Amino acid sequence: MSSRAFAPLEAGAFAATEKTGIAGDTSARMAPPPGTRRRWTESAGTARTRRLGLRFVALFYLLALLGAPVAMIFYRTFEHGLAPAWDAITQPNAMHAFWLSIELVAIVVPLNTAAGIGIALLMERGRMRGRSLLGLIVDLPFAISPVVVGLSLLLVYGRTGWFGNWLTAHSIQVIFSVPGMVLATAFVSLPFVARETIPVLHELGTDSEQAAATLGASSWQTFWRVTLPAIRWGVVYGVVLTTARALGEFGAVSIVSGRIEGQTQTLPLYVQDRFENFDTTGAYAAAVVLALLAFATLATMSLLAKRTSRDTLV
Amino acid sequence: MAIEVHGVSKRFGTFAALDYVNATVEDGSLTALLGPSGSGKSTLLRIIAGLETPDTGSVVIGGREVTAEPARRRGVGFVFQHYAPFKHMTVFDNVAFGLTVRHEPKAAIRERVEELLGLVRLDGLAKRYPAQLSGGQLQRMALARALAPKPEVLLLDEPFGALDAQVRNELREWLRRLHEEIHVTTIFVTHDQEEAMDVAQQIVVMNAGRIEQAGTPHELYEHPSNEFVMSFIGPVNRLGDALLRPHDIQILPYPDGSTVEALVRRVVHLGFEVRVELTLPDGRDIWAQVTRETAAEFELAEGQILAARLPTPRVFA
Amino acid sequence: MSTGSASEALAPLPAGRRPSPAGGRLRRHGGSALGRGLLGMYLSVLVLLPLAALLASAAKGGPSAFWQSVSSPEAVAALKLTLIVSAIVVAINALFGTLIAWVLVRDEFPGKRIVNALIDLPFALPTIVAGVVLLALYGKGGPAGVDITFTRAAVGLALLFVTLPFVVRSVQPVLIELDGSMEEAASSLGAGAWTVFRRIVLPNLAPAILSGVALSFARALGEFGSVVLISGNLPFKTEVGAVYIFNQVENDNVSGAAAVSVVLLVCALVVLGAMSWLSRRMSAHVL
Repeated sequence: MSSRAFAPLEAGAFAATEKTGIAGDTSARMAPPPGTRRRWTESAGTARTRRLGLRFVALFYLLALLGAPVAMIFYRTFEHGLAPAWDAITQPNAMHAFWLSIELVAIVVPLNTAAGIGIALLMERGRMRGRSLLGLIVDLPFAISPVVVGLSLLLVYGRTGWFGNWLTAHSIQVIFSVPGMVLATAFVSLPFVARETIPVLHELGTDSEQAAATLGASSWQTFWRVTLPAIRWGVVYGVVLTTARALGEFGAVSIVSGRIEGQTQTLPLYVQDRFENFDTTGAYAAAVVLALLAFATLATMSLLAKRTSRDTLV
Repeated sequence: MAIEVHGVSKRFGTFAALDYVNATVEDGSLTALLGPSGSGKSTLLRIIAGLETPDTGSVVIGGREVTAEPARRRGVGFVFQHYAPFKHMTVFDNVAFGLTVRHEPKAAIRERVEELLGLVRLDGLAKRYPAQLSGGQLQRMALARALAPKPEVLLLDEPFGALDAQVRNELREWLRRLHEEIHVTTIFVTHDQEEAMDVAQQIVVMNAGRIEQAGTPHELYEHPSNEFVMSFIGPVNRLGDALLRPHDIQILPYPDGSTVEALVRRVVHLGFEVRVELTLPDGRDIWAQVTRETAAEFELAEGQILAARLPTPRVFA
Repeated sequence: MSTGSASEALAPLPAGRRPSPAGGRLRRHGGSALGRGLLGMYLSVLVLLPLAALLASAAKGGPSAFWQSVSSPEAVAALKLTLIVSAIVVAINALFGTLIAWVLVRDEFPGKRIVNALIDLPFALPTIVAGVVLLALYGKGGPAGVDITFTRAAVGLALLFVTLPFVVRSVQPVLIELDGSMEEAASSLGAGAWTVFRRIVLPNLAPAILSGVALSFARALGEFGSVVLISGNLPFKTEVGAVYIFNQVENDNVSGAAAVSVVLLVCALVVLGAMSWLSRRMSAHVL
């Protein structure tokens, strides 16, 4: 089950939204403007009613599921003014959680970007038998629950895990410490750069790389000057997705971190902690920060998707 | 730089693209590898370039055996059918690439690139991006790029295949003149026999992984060594085992011992030449190529019966 | 080409001399040995070893221990709940996801671009925040007047939230590519709107819908963060598979947790594989 096996998934999964609406152009390229397309067997009025009806149902669904709840959070956070929210978020534990989340992202994203590009190159340019296995590894984080990710890391790096004795003997703490959290975050955010880069690499084809070779470029020069610039928007988009996923990770990190306040709590873990301690203000304030980061991610995705589609125009 | 290819074979899976091919290309010549799809011509070109490795045999360029050397060390310039532009670089940077990766000094690069852009008549477009160029311009850029590092050999893989007829003709002319100016050994691949005849000094006709014949356009046309070459280069009429050239069929005013009767089925006026479709007494159909003068002289029309002298047919053992 | 030495192929060179492969071919730069080695190590440390350890732990004690872990009443209840609610949620997604994709592609209204960008919100938002957010509106004291905390409906709602983007994003590109000519042809032949949709549009969308459904299902099966607050995690009532696993880990029943994990994982992989196969088959006919 390689990434090829999930090819339809590649086309659709939000990881590949460049062609779809985030760019803004969701309208069917060749569809007539709304209202002018109608069935030959019905009146303009029916068509219009139907169109408005569908729109209403869709928007109501989205409002009820997404819009209203998110709006509610913002309202609840700021209903007593800016000050309580600000206080809540500047608590030492909150600040620590925030910076820990950032730290994890700063470590994981470069690692997974390099790995993702490497995987994409291997799959699209390498001649190796293990392509199916590689594809499976890349898609695995989509099939596996974050809790199971945490568990499996525990089983290898925990005190009673496969490397447990060796790690204890060398005083290396992985579980219940930052390294373990790095592993958990890296595992769940592994696929994105690879999945975004693979189709772009495929589309690029080997011609320009061969041209570079005939012109005297070494493998590294070819990669750095020809391949990488050509795939850069795919990589960047993948980086954005990786960042969002890494920031938002909860389940896996929950298991491997021990959720020690002020030490191994990321911001999402902090939200849960505050909530369970009935500090709704604190929980909501942290949630708002995460929501704002999410909106920033969406905005970046939106801008970038326009870039990727423009770039492929020849 | 002369090029020699000895005993080169290449298989892709079960498909034999090349079958122990031997060939020599003279230094400074302009040669065409001509053949239908699947004949192995592109594969041979790419093996010479170092973009493919042969299963057997060797490649020698300028007396140096290069079989084991990667493309980047062979000193070949390669032009692809679809131009392979570096889309994220300007025209200038594209052309400069071969020099940039060799870390040539900037001033020298600028001079050379400007010289080449002038040569291919793309000056003024240096700052543009490939997406802003037409097909013909892209191919000229590709040529300039390939020539920048002063290659010893220039290889072109169906360079005009992706272009409009008009642009194609212009660039053919252009390639010939370029070769006259810069006497670099040039090999280009094409499936278009007219293009090969028009441009090349030597043509190597290939079919199914083998070389059928090599020679000047004239030689190949007048003295084809087998049926394939004769029918691939130039039009033919096939009568059983024999092949006749349409324009060797003469129309005579009076029958004599050497002529046969022929019924005119159709007369097609193609501008300067006229194509006359004939049926022979034994029922077989052939066509003759005559000038408009001849057509006018005989007032050729459908249904006419006339005297045709057939040339000595070629039969290949 | 000098006519003398050219033309017919001569006998092959002695001993079928083979050029040396090293450096003789265009080196694909996927192939640097150091790079591959590092990547291999990274993937082993990160994915392969943990996965192996999971399987080993699940298998520890043999099939009987595995069966025991998996068939404990609480585990069964959790798995059943997970599978059933996921299936329902996925069905709802198939319907509403397609509808939303349709509206986003075929309709125009002010703010559409923003709405379209927001579809990815469940992806960008941490799952725990999703749970908090839903709780704020539909939990105790929420203005909606309902309190779904501690109910199965809450589980369903949370899963609906996090799986929203999958079907929508899967269907959108296909809808965009689908020009209107097939539909116009059908309606010119007398088909009504619903018939056109059912017989022309839907079959073309089916592979994409299926693939979105598969991803939704796999995601829903393993969902944890959004469910953990809102459902109250009541065993036998609102405890989903992932929460059960979490609890087993907390209680040191690691192989039990591993066993149930393997079950969930296999379910997800089977569904993904089956849907992928199915949608490829359908694409072959339809496209």
